[in-house]
Amino acid sequence: MFADMAAGAGGYPGRVMTVESLYPRLEPLLAQVAKPIQYVGGELNAQIKPWDDVAVHWALMYPDAYEVGLPNQGLMILYEVLNERPDALAERTYAVWPDLAGLMREHGVGQFTVDAHRPVREFDLLGVSFATELGYTNLLEALDLAGVPLHAVDRDESHPVVVAGGHAAFNPEPVSDFVDCAVLGDGEQVVGDITDVVAAWKEQGRPGGRVELLARLARVEGVYVPRFYAVTYGADGTIAEVLRTRDDVPPRVGKRTVMDLDEWPYPKQPLVPLAESVHERMSVEIFRGCTRGCRFCQAGMITRPVRERTITGIGSMVDAGLKATGYEEVGLLSLSSADHSEIGQLAKELADRYEGTNTGLSLPSTRVDAFNVTLANELSRNGRRSGLTFAPEGGSERIRRVINKTVSKEDLVRTVTTAYANGWRQVKLYFMCGLPTETDEDVLEIAELAVEVIRAGREASGSKDIRCTVSIGGFVPKPHTPFQWAAQASAETIDHRLRILREAINADRRIGRSIGLRYHDGKPGVIEGLLSRGDRRVGRVIERVWRDGGHFDGWSEHFSFQRWTTAAAEELAAFGLDLDWYTTRERTEHEVLPWDHLDSGLDKEWLWDDWQDAISEDEVGDCRWTGCYDCGVCPTMGTEIQIGPTGRSLIPLSVVGARPQVDVDVDAAATDPVHTH
Amino acid sequence: MARQPDGPPPPPTVQKLRLRYTKRGPLRFASHRDLARALERALRRAQVPMAFSAGFSPHPKISYMGAAPTGAASEAEYFEIGLSQRRDPEQVRAALDASLPPGIDVLECVEAGEGTGSLADRLDATRWRIDLPGVDGDELARAVQALLAAETVTVTKRTKNGTRDVDARAAVVSAAVAVEAGCAILHVVVRQLTPTVRPDDVMAALAAVADLRPPLPVRAVREAQGRLDDSGDVADPLGPDRAVRSCCQEERAQV
Repeated sequence: MFADMAAGAGGYPGRVMTVESLYPRLEPLLAQVAKPIQYVGGELNAQIKPWDDVAVHWALMYPDAYEVGLPNQGLMILYEVLNERPDALAERTYAVWPDLAGLMREHGVGQFTVDAHRPVREFDLLGVSFATELGYTNLLEALDLAGVPLHAVDRDESHPVVVAGGHAAFNPEPVSDFVDCAVLGDGEQVVGDITDVVAAWKEQGRPGGRVELLARLARVEGVYVPRFYAVTYGADGTIAEVLRTRDDVPPRVGKRTVMDLDEWPYPKQPLVPLAESVHERMSVEIFRGCTRGCRFCQAGMITRPVRERTITGIGSMVDAGLKATGYEEVGLLSLSSADHSEIGQLAKELADRYEGTNTGLSLPSTRVDAFNVTLANELSRNGRRSGLTFAPEGGSERIRRVINKTVSKEDLVRTVTTAYANGWRQVKLYFMCGLPTETDEDVLEIAELAVEVIRAGREASGSKDIRCTVSIGGFVPKPHTPFQWAAQASAETIDHRLRILREAINADRRIGRSIGLRYHDGKPGVIEGLLSRGDRRVGRVIERVWRDGGHFDGWSEHFSFQRWTTAAAEELAAFGLDLDWYTTRERTEHEVLPWDHLDSGLDKEWLWDDWQDAISEDEVGDCRWTGCYDCGVCPTMGTEIQIGPTGRSLIPLSVVGARPQVDVDVDAAATDPVHTH
Repeated sequence: MARQPDGPPPPPTVQKLRLRYTKRGPLRFASHRDLARALERALRRAQVPMAFSAGFSPHPKISYMGAAPTGAASEAEYFEIGLSQRRDPEQVRAALDASLPPGIDVLECVEAGEGTGSLADRLDATRWRIDLPGVDGDELARAVQALLAAETVTVTKRTKNGTRDVDARAAVVSAAVAVEAGCAILHVVVRQLTPTVRPDDVMAALAAVADLRPPLPVRAVREAQGRLDDSGDVADPLGPDRAVRSCCQEERAQV
């Protein structure tokens, strides 16, 4: 440690060096690849801080293509929060497409950040946000390109600490060989705590090396360090127990929860790329958490309780964000945006404020509820009435009771008909296939529903020019939900049900031609299922797939089911297990689940009871309105529901782009007004 | 009949501005669609009072013309905007420049002169500067001589719909070789025909006639764009608009 301190010539003890940009070596390669703009950075509101001015350097990665990763709110928030600290900097890095990755290997150029094109290898921390498990192979590719050892145990104190976050981090066991830490829950505060620990350790001359740093991080609330927990297995392949290997780390790791969203109005300066991205709009998170209790929904379970941003807090974020970006559309983001306690007033006042500015407002997800049509009408005043999306999720009333997303067939048809009557031409209905207890009949009811919707819609609108798109996703059971014990439907089951559904929809061409059906085959869902509920033994499968050339598994043109099944068969055989064991096997009540030592606040007994209620088709209410039903989160985490109404209203503003002398209304409101997922 | 939005049509265009901007540094990797998005957002941030098209999905009145290819830098890109309220061109230039990322710099903004015709018609040639690191100046000079001596040089372009053959020689008006700091530089004036002959195509033509194969990627900069003048160079495409303005100002001064 003294040698290190002596070597440090700059303001901070330890290994101090000015890190050079890789750009001069990268630039000639960019001339040879597709969409090079995604690698050059320079986005509006991007930040570059001098390397030697700060103690702690974060590289933040979204492990998918730039066009998908750039709009990610989580990454944008942490980027700003960290860069606001005087002692830290944060830069971003994304998955590199194979054309550039090949050239980088050939020319010895490592994984780089898009901000200052610094080598990821030189950062103190690499934070990776996993919205989906299908990004795991891209993490391995990035580590390899960066020159960071794949396995956490092979890294020394010169390598970045690899920190996983995001919803998938609530079961990081399948990637526990590759990450040093996983962070559970909201990131805003914990990244600051981690920065403090790393800064102090460096300041002290890195005492105890990497292991000591990880041990200190393991004592930060919400940080899980897999290497300090040992897993043993029983003869039947299930987990016998998970025990900590040091006394100074917690036996269970609990999630972090940010309680006052108004205190965290991020992103304040949303990044605006030059390149095209999947969301050409800015977003304001209007609340976090959801207690609707949909049993399939991991996001709704792990983000409890509901914490609303106030109407005035939302209003100022929308104003500041539009001024900072020049975007034409604002998404009011949350897990179920129409549930905000002041959503009606918010929609009206925002629509009033931006009238005549060609600024569109949209809700990204909505329940089947006639009120939501009114809301969509308000948000798209005079705009296009082209498409509206509802998410009934289950085809029959019975299966909707199982998943606790109850809506009657009559209400559903009435709501959709109202939309057609209000001038919407296209309604999209989102369903899942492969839900627990599901039969062919449940899925066939989707066809009946769609036919009924078209019949009633034609009558209500007096037009044959209406369409209904039925979009179907395969259900994947997720950790920390009541369905965590459920058997996942096989790819064959899903494919069979989709086939008979397609036939049923096409049975009457006069109606069927107004119905579109969009779905994917069941294979990627099986792999997502393996990775979602996998344990540490699945890490070998991920590594094998990556070594065989697998990456970008969220992209159908790159995903290879064959590669995954071959790797799973060969790597899991050593444990006497197979792919089915992880996916289509129903778990028993007292089986130790790989994520049991990670605490989302939900009481495992409550989850089991809710699973039993699902099987007996019993519903549960929403604790915002029907009283607490003891899911366990608030008492465990010391949190409480934070909702309005506040009784406040938005003050009038002078608005960007307004044309005050023009009193005609040409508001476009624009684009896909209300959709889900 | 098609459904029409309620209410009166949007306000008309009262002023047309023509602007020249650059694509420098890393932003040479932006495509024309990337630039269009960046310019439209910058116009909103700069609060330029844009005129909009009518209909359910109004679009700001912007015309882009003759975009340099992705990967090529430019000192001379042009576009035209329609405003619903009159503004001072220099103020619009400064506000827009401040709202754009470094590298996309707005250099000029003039009001479209009445009766001067369309700007697109004035952009029929480009003067390119192509840096060829690692290529010997004499070797390049020999290749250029061979190209200029040829009647036709057919090269194959990759397009969205497959490949297409084009005569690169026919588009080349003049070409000269220089050497700066040990790097061979090709100055070439190219007519903008359909399909467009780009720096890549000129390089393909040099490979075809003289087997010139640069060891490193070349770097092209569009230095000027405009109408071919009698000397074989390109004229300032905003010249006619400026001429009308100064003429009007003189008339006003006389009144």
